[in-house]
Formats: sequence, C-alpha cells, structure tokens
Amino acid sequence: MLRESATFPRTVIHEIQRAAATGIYDIRGWGAKRSLPHFDDLLFLGSSMSRYPLEGYRERCGTDVTLGTRYATKPLHLDIPVTIAGMSFGALSAQAKEALGRGASAARTSTTTGDGGMTAEERGQTSRLVYQYLPSRYGMNPVDLRKADAIEVVLGQGAKPGGGGMLLGQKISDRVARMRTLPTGIDQRSACRHPDWTGPDDLAIKILELREITGWEKPVYVKVGATRTYYDVKLAVKAGADVVVVDGMQGGTAATQDVFIEHVGIPTLAAIPQAVQALQEMDMHRKVQLIVSGGIRSGADVAKAMALGADAVAIGTAALIALGDNDPRYEAEYRALGSAAGFYDDFQDGRDPAGISTQDPELASRLDPEAAGRRLANYLHVLTMEAQTIARACGKAHLTHLEPDDLVALTLEAAAMARVPLAGTDWIPGHVGRGL
Amino acid sequence: MSPDQRVRPAHPHVIDVGETGLRETNRALQASDGTGRFLLTDPRGAHALAVGLASPDEVVIDGPTGYYTAGMNDGAHVTVNGNVGVGVAENMMSGTVRVNGSASQSAGATAHGGLLVISGDAGARCGISMKGVDIVVGGSIGHMSCFMGQAGRLVVLGDAGDALGDSLYEVHIYVRGRVASLGADCVEKDLRPEHHAELAELLDRAGVTDVTTDEFRRYGSARTLYTFDVDNAAAY
Amino acid sequence: MCGIVGLHLRDPDLEPRLGDMLTTMLGEMTDRGSDSAGVAVYGNTDWTPPGSATVTVLADGEDAQVLAARVSARLAAAVSGRELGATVLLSAEVDVDALATAVRTAAPEVVLVGLGTELAVLKGVGLPRELAAGFGLPGVSGWQGVGHTRMATESAVTPAGSHPFSVGPDQCIVHNGSFSNHASVRRAMARRDIHCDTLNDTEVAARFVAEQIALGAGIDEALEEMAGVLDGFYTLLVSTAEEFAVVRDPIACKPAVIAETEQYVAMASEYRAMAHLPGIAGAHLYEPEPGRVYHWHR
Repeated sequence: MLRESATFPRTVIHEIQRAAATGIYDIRGWGAKRSLPHFDDLLFLGSSMSRYPLEGYRERCGTDVTLGTRYATKPLHLDIPVTIAGMSFGALSAQAKEALGRGASAARTSTTTGDGGMTAEERGQTSRLVYQYLPSRYGMNPVDLRKADAIEVVLGQGAKPGGGGMLLGQKISDRVARMRTLPTGIDQRSACRHPDWTGPDDLAIKILELREITGWEKPVYVKVGATRTYYDVKLAVKAGADVVVVDGMQGGTAATQDVFIEHVGIPTLAAIPQAVQALQEMDMHRKVQLIVSGGIRSGADVAKAMALGADAVAIGTAALIALGDNDPRYEAEYRALGSAAGFYDDFQDGRDPAGISTQDPELASRLDPEAAGRRLANYLHVLTMEAQTIARACGKAHLTHLEPDDLVALTLEAAAMARVPLAGTDWIPGHVGRGL
Repeated sequence: MSPDQRVRPAHPHVIDVGETGLRETNRALQASDGTGRFLLTDPRGAHALAVGLASPDEVVIDGPTGYYTAGMNDGAHVTVNGNVGVGVAENMMSGTVRVNGSASQSAGATAHGGLLVISGDAGARCGISMKGVDIVVGGSIGHMSCFMGQAGRLVVLGDAGDALGDSLYEVHIYVRGRVASLGADCVEKDLRPEHHAELAELLDRAGVTDVTTDEFRRYGSARTLYTFDVDNAAAY
Repeated sequence: MCGIVGLHLRDPDLEPRLGDMLTTMLGEMTDRGSDSAGVAVYGNTDWTPPGSATVTVLADGEDAQVLAARVSARLAAAVSGRELGATVLLSAEVDVDALATAVRTAAPEVVLVGLGTELAVLKGVGLPRELAAGFGLPGVSGWQGVGHTRMATESAVTPAGSHPFSVGPDQCIVHNGSFSNHASVRRAMARRDIHCDTLNDTEVAARFVAEQIALGAGIDEALEEMAGVLDGFYTLLVSTAEEFAVVRDPIACKPAVIAETEQYVAMASEYRAMAHLPGIAGAHLYEPEPGRVYHWHR
C-alpha cells in the first residue's frame, strides 16, 4: 500500500520541485484555497414561538443601504447591500469590466475600479462607480476622480495585506500599458505603500486633499486587508473615513505569490467582530459604514456578515464566476492549460478561456458584456432574495436588523472568531457568555 | 496656452487663507475660468491648498504651505513663495508649479504631466512613481528619489541622495552634483546630443540660466528588471 | 502615529518664551493626533526647583499634597507637590534616585512618568491646546522642551500611554511611527529586569535607550544600538539634560523638519509647527537623512 506523507503530500512535493526548477515563487490568482473557519460554520436561529417570522412575499424586508453618511454631501445609495469589489482593467478584460458595470447597475448597486484606472466602458455602463486610490496611482487623474461616485483609498487587500499589486507581462497589452504609463509587455511591480503618505496621521491629510479636490461630495472609503483589524478600523475612522472596507483572507487577487495568499491575513469571520467592536467603541457603528468582503458566495453569507454587523458586503471571485469564469463549457481548454473547470486560477497568465482575466483580444471577445452582465445581475438578485429569506425567518423587516444574537456556531473555532455561542449553549469561547 | 497669453486682471484677487478658510479658498480657485489671477496670503502651512485646479489660472501663494500643495493640478500656474510640505504637485496632470523655497518628501509624486520647479532642496522620494511630469530642482534631492519612476524627466542641479532611481522604468534623470548611490536597475548613461537638447529645453523652461548642460550626468533604467530573470532575484 | 515638536534654545533671552512657543507648536500638530498629548520642559525653576530632584507621576486623581505627604514620610525630607492636569510633580532636596525610590515604595499605585533635576513631564488625554492650557504651559520658561500629539495605534489612550516617555533621569523620547518588533524587545528587556508600564511601543524604545545610556553609551551610540535592535518606522526626538537629538529609521517615511538659527534648534513633524518661531525665515531648514543621528549639545 502506498502511503502519502501528511507533511509532504504530492502538492508540497510538486511545489518544491517547481521552485527548484524555476527559481521563482509561485504566482497565481484566486484567493486562499486552504480550509478556514467560515460562514458555513454559523447557523441562523429562525423564529418559531418566542419570535415571529415575516411572510415570504407579502411582508417587506428592506435591503437598501446608504454609504458615506458621515461627511460626504452625496452619499451612495444602493438598493442591495452587495457590491462589486475592485478589480482592475488589466487584470480583467474591458469586456469583463463592462459586464461587472452592467450587472451591478441592473441590480442598482455599485462596482469598483481597480489598480489601473477607469475605462470609458466601465464608467459608461455603471450607475454607481467607486474609484480606487491605490499606491501605484496607475491611470489616476482628477477628471475621473470627479466622475466617480465614491473614492476608495486602498491600503491593502485580504489576499495580500502588506503587499503591492502585480501584473505580469503577458497582460500588459498596449492599451493597459498606455493607461498605466508603462512599457508594453513588461512585468509590472506595484508599490505596497502609498508614495506620498504612510500611516494614519498622514492619511488624514490625504483624505482632506481628496475631499478638497472633489468638493466634499463623495464618500471616501478606506480599504484594509484583514489582519490587526480592530486597530486598523479605529485608525481609518480617526483618519476621516466615511466607509471602512475590510477584506478577509479569502478575498481574491489577480496575481499574487501563493505564499502570501495562503499565509497572511485572518479569515473574514474573525475580522468582522473586531471591526464592529472598534466601530462600536468609537460610537461609529452604522455612522461609518462597514463593507466586508472575502469569501461571500451566497445569500446566507450576506445575511451572516450583516448579522455580525456589516452594513454591506463586496464580492469579487463570486462575481467573476457569475460572469462565466471556470465555466465547464471551456473544460477542454482548461485541460489544455493544465487546469480544469473549477480549478483554474492562473489569472496572471492572461490565457483565460472564458475571456475574463485576459487582455488577449480573441479570448476577451468571447465574453459578451450584456449576457455576462445579465448573469451577474441574476446572481446578485439571488443573493439578495436568499438573504431576505433568512432575515424574514428571523423576523426582520430589514437586512440590517439582523444581529449576532440571531446566530450560533457549529464549531469552537467559529464560535470564538465570530463571537457567537456554540449552538445549543451560551458559551462563546474566549468571551463572557451573554446568557440565553 | 501659457499664462502670459491670456487677458488677466491687472491686480490679483487677494485671498487671506487664514481668514477665508481652506474650503472657501479652494472653492474660489476651483470655480475660476482660467483667466483669474489670485494672490493667497497667510497660508499658515495649510494642507491641500490650491488642489484640484483644472483651469490655467495664475495663483501665487505668499508663505509656507503644508502637504499636497497644488495636488492634482491640471492646468493652473501655481507659485509658492515659501517652503512646501509633503507631496507638492502630487499627481499633477498639466500646468506649472513653482516653489521658491524647499519642498518636503514625495515632491511631484505620481505626476503625469506639467512642470514642477523647486528652487531649493527637495526631500526624500522626489518624483516617486512619476508618470510623465518634468521636475527641475535647484538644490539637492533626498534618498529614494524617482523610485519606480515611469516617465518624464527629473533634473537636479545639486546632489542626489541614496538609491536614486530604484526600480526605474523610463524616466530620464539628469544630476549636476554628486549621486550618493544608484538604486536597483538604475545606471549612468551617455549624454548624447538629443539629451543635451532635452536638458537645455528643461532648464530654459525652469528659468535656470547660469549652468550648462555639460555639467550634468544622465541616469536611466538598465531595464534588467522588466521581466523576471532568476539571475536577478537578489534585486527583488 | 503622531505629531512631534521640540525646541532647544541657544539664546537665553528666549527662555521666558519657551512655553509659549511650545504651546503654539503643539497646537499646530493637533491634526496629527488628537487622542492625547504631552510635553516635557527642561529648566523651569518653578516646576523643577534648582537643587531639588523632581519626579512626575500620574496619581489617578489623588491630591498632590496628600501624595507629597506620603512620600515625605517615607523620605524623611520635605516634599512639595504640584498638580498640573492629570500629572503631579513631586520635588525634594534629595538625589533623583532617592526620590524616585521613595515614590515607588510610598505610593506603588502611581505611575512614574518622569524623573530628573531639570525635567518636568506633563501628559494627558484630550486636545493638545486644552491640555497645554491646563498645564499652564504658555507662561512657563525653560531652555528646552519637547511635545507630542498622539493618534494611538495599538495601545490604550490613557495619560500613561501618552508621550513623552521619560524613563531615565532627565531623558525623554517622543516618537512618530510604529515599531514592528517591540514585543520581542520588550520581552528581552523583561528578562534583564527592565519592565514597561504600558503596552506602548515607544516606551520600549525609551527604556532601551535609557538602558544604553545607563551602561555608559552616549546618545549617538544609544540610538545606533537601538536602530540595530528595534525594527519599524520612526522619527524620534530624544532629549537629555545636555542634549537634543533627532533620528529617523533607514526608510524614513514619517515626516521631520529641523530648523536651526543662532537662537535655537527646532524640530517638528511639519514645518507649520515652526512657522511662527522668531527668525524662522532665516533659519537653516532641512529634513534629517535616514538612519543618521543628529544631535546638539547644550
């Protein structure tokens, strides 16, 4: 009988062999693939006798959310609390960016630019567009800044907190290169720190500048990868954020070192209670809105994130899947690339058969932005209806009325991280019980 | 259109920044149609002053300013008589920013266009990630200047600090004084006739008259980090 | 994450104006940190009577006179007590160690935040201008002063967690930035029986530098030794009864500006903190280079 080593399974052996052969770390897309305590480890307490549920179709369950009510004179109003996370033109094809805009607009929610500037296709098809302000400042300009509906200052993302962007030469097409002021075809290495500020005291001044440039109209978000979330959220609020975005380690990326994706950051589940605690201690919960991302897949995830205290969530990987990423109809082509539908994560290579994570004109043209946008809108509606289903069962007339007390945990890990009791007990490991 | 070609009022519109406040000062500047002349007094080191200007107005600031002076300038002609803080003319698109004084770190950071002239010294990271701007510094610049510089020209009449042009892309760097050290992938290059011409034109636009282009040395990217090569791994 | 200000006077004629200048400098740095603030003043004969040792403590509301009486009983010498905001200054005509030891034994519940013969350390939670007014800072004289406005990163917003950190005689440190390995250095120092009162990263640096100075290092050597042990981002202003020193980490992201005239050396996180100083227009102004210790002797 062959026995595989638990310490050196085939995947590990393969990685050692690959590293020895190439001399470079493994770079890939997608997010963490390891198993982590997640929303699946939480369950809702539906109503029965002590609480009363709402009727499915007749009794209203609100889903809207307003972001940026602290300082912005034009806060962003969304019909649903599910937004599209920042993904760059460059990482994604122009068609994919347009499809994200179409889908989000149809669902009356927002989408977000990325590390590479704003394209006309995206702005044109997007009713609510968040413009990311990143360390690289590729394509950053005041004209687009004023066109944006909100500004997201990015300190990091869940897949790589503390790391900069990366875009390999295969994807630096002429158009991407022009937008980023780079030579065509080179490996782009982005900075991990902003070029003109470091730390929250200087960020406060940067936010002042962005507000002065845009007349104090637009909500200013601050996005952090989940690590020391309690402190980071407090500092984002001190620096003047209208909205804080916390991206857990399951959050996706277009290209990052595998070691970064799998070994840096904390799970989304662990980050939310830290963020909410920080906001509550500052009396800023619901005043500075909290957007959570990293591993949101279903309406149950949406409801759970919101019950833990998020005002909205953002999706990235799931949105790409809705557009058509990893579609089984391209199985043969995925196989030819050494992958398979459901496994493809070589977003950095730019050879995506689905035409999403590519700059190859032929591949990109496979994605019909209208049809893909419709699929995304469908998916967003399903997420919303699922979240409403759960909220009604918990007797809530609005998604934001979900609360941690509606949740229990299936595992000790999830109970400790989410700070909800283990199912059937009043025990929150590491915390004083709140009583039944 | 250069500022002198426009019909401007004989006397500048004077705004006392301390009295008027930052928001109202910037609002007044941002609302101008490009024919304006403004004199800003009593800036008290204010941050984010004269930011987001999108028309070719003339703005003179009398006194020291704080962070991000003339940030994202897109066409205005801004002069500061005094020292400026971090990130002067950051992400400038077009126009000119002249500092009659010294600048703190990250001067001209990520700027895409226009001309930034600093008569005194500039601190660390001058021209970091510059994307097409021209920067002329009368004095010296600090360490890590032109880090990841992508495009544009950087001219320094004095000395440059450590790690000049680290991870450089396509910026042309000209230094008249001593360079403490070059960053990864930055090398000295020949100053060919076209570079003398380019440099002369930049010095002329900056109003520098008392130096010749022979006094400079040129630095640029060796382009060895443009695509990953295992033999360059130590530079990462 | 914070704002730093400091003044080292060369011209005795300016000494009566030290507190006034420092107050304005501190107020200008409010935007960089409004959680808490603190100042240290050297050579104010009222706060630190000549011929006496002075210890600054945080007494958690205990009456200064009652506290002075308790220490006096332990010391068998007269102790004067003065309350300034959240802090209490205790002075006695004994040596510094004797007074500090008496305070620690007579009132183990108080937190000792400064000691020396020339140094008064005042700190508290709140807006810098209000705290400075509460201390009576605008009217005080002295020959050297430092100040700090704090935007707390990872440790509590308390008077004890505020800067300046003064843990060696007449020594003081203020910091802008964030150390990335202070927990390990803290544990290593604990094994050498050097203990911190707070979880603030700056206190670790202060105690490390004080240890080096106690071992006989000069301020340059102490800071160089610290740079080899403590990792992270910092602009530090360090002062003693003789010296005034500035150092930034090798990456040097956190801002710092130095102004020198014949009358003074001033340092601040931003120029605007110094814009009102006399003769600033003619000052030699520069930003300290990374990893280099700048220092001035009295």
